[in-house]
Amino acid sequence: MEKMNSQSKNQAFDLVPGTAWTGKWNQNPYKIIKTLGKGANGVVYLAHTRTGQKAVKIGEDKMSLTSEVNVLRAFSKVQGNVLGPSLLDVDDLIWKGEVYPFFCMEYLEGETLLDFAKKRGTEWIPVFMVQLLGDLDRLHQEGWIFGDLKPDNLIITGPPSRVRWFDVGGTTKQGRAVKEYTEFYDRGYWGLGDRKAEPSYDLFAAAMILIETAYPRRFDKPVGASSEKTLSLLRRYIQHSPPLAAYQNVLLRALKGEYPNAQLMKKDLIQTIEKKTSRKPPRNQQRTGNPRKSTQGRRGSAGSSKEKASYRPEIILTTSFLFLSSVLYFMGQWM
Amino acid sequence: MNHGKIKQILLLTDGCSNQGEDPAAVAAFAKEKGITVNVVGVLDHGSARDHGLQEVESIAASGGGVSQIVNVNQLARTVQMVTKQSMTHTLHGVVQNELSQILGSGQEVDDLPPDKRGEVIDVVDELGETVNLDVLILVDMSASMKPKLPMVQDALTDLSISLHSRTGENHFALFVFPGKRKETEKVLDWTPEMNSLTGVFQRMTTGGITPTGPALQAALQHFDKRLSKRSLKRYGEDEFPIEESGF
Repeated sequence: MEKMNSQSKNQAFDLVPGTAWTGKWNQNPYKIIKTLGKGANGVVYLAHTRTGQKAVKIGEDKMSLTSEVNVLRAFSKVQGNVLGPSLLDVDDLIWKGEVYPFFCMEYLEGETLLDFAKKRGTEWIPVFMVQLLGDLDRLHQEGWIFGDLKPDNLIITGPPSRVRWFDVGGTTKQGRAVKEYTEFYDRGYWGLGDRKAEPSYDLFAAAMILIETAYPRRFDKPVGASSEKTLSLLRRYIQHSPPLAAYQNVLLRALKGEYPNAQLMKKDLIQTIEKKTSRKPPRNQQRTGNPRKSTQGRRGSAGSSKEKASYRPEIILTTSFLFLSSVLYFMGQWM
Repeated sequence: MNHGKIKQILLLTDGCSNQGEDPAAVAAFAKEKGITVNVVGVLDHGSARDHGLQEVESIAASGGGVSQIVNVNQLARTVQMVTKQSMTHTLHGVVQNELSQILGSGQEVDDLPPDKRGEVIDVVDELGETVNLDVLILVDMSASMKPKLPMVQDALTDLSISLHSRTGENHFALFVFPGKRKETEKVLDWTPEMNSLTGVFQRMTTGGITPTGPALQAALQHFDKRLSKRSLKRYGEDEFPIEESGF
């Protein structure tokens, strides 16, 4: 649930750089370097800790911060802890007689999606979307829904550039009502579904993020508009933007909630990207009219039986071998 | 909190009641009866604002509820937040009571070590998801509210979407004040669906007086009526004690 500050007595709770304290329960020392940002449930600071520079989130509201800790804790039980920033410490801070809960997590350094795209080119955006959909799929398989999915909660780390999420305050168990959301990315707001935590809820938000990259100023829903009206409005926005129009089918399916899981949307998105890039050079092989052919060839590298008299399969095999071995190498480094 | 059900009155007003008893007094009485009063103030800028603001805050404070002042374009978001936040407060209170019975009085959730606290919050979250909820919505239809009514309708539809996404049951009733002939008029009796709202507000004529106190009174009576009707039927049909809600 989204928190409001109207009731909170600690509205102006702000710690200046240099502020130091020791946790009430675990006795770990902290010293603030700077403020990183303000989330729905508290303020995030960069701080010196025993183990180096980490992010510390200090809550204004004890309840919602604890909810967030519960989510991070559940994530840390997942193999490899790839779902969110890793949780390092949970404790209380006593400041001027008041008790504030806080937790310490891994510090993710990077840029926002839109800043990154501005600097490095918009061709990155679909790539990040593919990454994001892969992460969402894993999250969904663990029984969670991200909920408040929006560019503010995403960060591009790297190199190598990779999209990560860092504010998991809205993460909700599947089947429940989504804890936190932002209207523009919320299908309930657009009248295109409820707020039940299910994979299609996140996929709607993912589609809206992609749409937003073409309309950074966003746009509003007309008051009292029916779901047909809002859908056709969104469709028009997609069609009017050349970079979005290419993804029209994927976007509309996501908006209509037609993808039961992130994997399917990811697959469609990848196909669209491939179609888009293969269209650029004028080598139209319109013999069969089967757009899947090329992708199948590329994927089925392991057992490609129909070898034609060309070097293509060899090249593909070699690249995939190189790719696989580099993946193995990096995994080895990771472990 | 009887029978594992949360009862709320949600008042949408621009403040400045001008007829009948003090709404804050009625709200205080409601609180004693286990009904929380939440207020969303849709205020204009100008001189009336301060007075309106005060009234909004004092009604919610007396009614044990949450208040929030908004611009009309944030209405949908706020109505749903206020309702849910108030629910969590109520549940937190219940869990807190249980805890002090177990741990001795004076012991608060915040005094627990972070690990234990997490478990308590899990229970609160679970209850918030599954508990049954009755919301009686009370809409101020005085002349100054008229231009805001389409947004009010949107906000209520949005609230219905949010609450229906929960596992627990919801019932809504909608009252407006002043009504055509009476101070308060019932627009919608207890119903699980709020889809039937479309067009309701267009038909309404807005009036000049703002009898907020009497309207709250009528809302309370409507809750009572529901209770007595229930007990005439089979007792506690779809209601269950909160202790047994499955965890």
